[in-house]
Amino acid sequence: MLTLAQEIAAAEVFAGLAPEYLDLITGCGQNVHFDAGVILQREGDPADVFYLIRRGSVALEVHHPGAEPIRILTEGPGEPVGWSWLFEPYRWHLDARTIQPCSLIALDGACLRGKCEQDPALGYELMRRFARCLVERLEATQFQLLDVYGNARVGV
Amino acid sequence: MLASASDTATASAGPLVPAPFRLLAKRRETADTWTLELEPRHGTPLEFAPGQFTMISRGGCGEVPISISGDPDEPERLVQTVRAVGLATSALCEAEPGEVLSVRGPFGTAWPLEEAEGADVVIVAGGIGLPPLRGAVLRMLAQRERYGRLVLLYGGRAPDQLLFGEQIQQWREQGLEVLITVDSAGPEWIGHVGVVTRLIGRAGLDASRVLAMTCGPEVMMRFVVATLADTGVQSDRIHVSIERNMQCGIGVCGHCQLGPVLVCRDGPVFRYSEVERWMRVREL
Repeated sequence: MLTLAQEIAAAEVFAGLAPEYLDLITGCGQNVHFDAGVILQREGDPADVFYLIRRGSVALEVHHPGAEPIRILTEGPGEPVGWSWLFEPYRWHLDARTIQPCSLIALDGACLRGKCEQDPALGYELMRRFARCLVERLEATQFQLLDVYGNARVGV
Repeated sequence: MLASASDTATASAGPLVPAPFRLLAKRRETADTWTLELEPRHGTPLEFAPGQFTMISRGGCGEVPISISGDPDEPERLVQTVRAVGLATSALCEAEPGEVLSVRGPFGTAWPLEEAEGADVVIVAGGIGLPPLRGAVLRMLAQRERYGRLVLLYGGRAPDQLLFGEQIQQWREQGLEVLITVDSAGPEWIGHVGVVTRLIGRAGLDASRVLAMTCGPEVMMRFVVATLADTGVQSDRIHVSIERNMQCGIGVCGHCQLGPVLVCRDGPVFRYSEVERWMRVREL
């Protein structure tokens, strides 16, 4: 089983960061465990924490009153959950719910924000890496909005 | 006697003359998709290679190209999975066992199963794009030792629109790695949610060993090809199944022209590097 530091270093979003930055991030992290079905964060909550999944999966959902929440994305092992900690107004945009028993690394986003303010090189690195996550999310959302399976021609 | 003589005549009359096939059984896959099981009235099995298609019709309702979704090692049964999206496909889905349908073919090119031997085969299917790949999966599982990893990445619109659920479980037990995702779902779904391209990163692929086959909406295939390329898979190791307006099935009428190729004759399965240029031409 990987240590907290090894798990963070192996995650794509942090891979290749300078050792001192990895140490700093590790210092902001702690292992947490949740049963399935636990709401980690709700839309509008302050985004002072984000997560790296070690085991299990987490769904991002949109709620609307009087109906079941709509599950729009799931994240799995090695993937981060949450980017709002890095971008104003630092609030969650979606609900995050465990859909299996989960082992996560909870990272103190508020603390890391402070470190980024003090060290622009770290801030740039994290901004660049999470911006990449956002680009991938945006592209995936565009793909989802096309509703390709509902309307398009397929094969023969 | 007359019907029997006619059947015999059409069986050998050439690719433009339909042969009668009796519908033996039909199975509902989703709300709008059915799998039809047919047998030739003239008794000659329809030998085919996975990836090929037939032109099929139910009397007077128009003829449509449909990929064969059956087992190539069981050619005595013609199996076709049809989604009701228009007059001709709706008529096919409404056919009842015992009815006789008209079938021409098989036509077109096949999935490159020999070329795939020794490789890690990654199959990326979206929605109704899975049936054209089903025969390839069955053949590769029957010859499991010839291939490296066999990975199916399957995306659908919603959980209730996924095809072949029970069979996919059997395939898992036979050595197929399967990752499934849907574009959206309610809380009862505990699988992946998100677009099918996200599964590519999760499959842990060694790009140098991969041969990929993909079928689905063309927009989906564009995203899939781009994501595979990002992971290092060469475009000549990616094969796509393309749909255009197939009518004659034998490269005569020209309706399915895509640049220099005729999809019904030169495809529907193409090496991506051969059609990449033409798939980028918006007017085509």
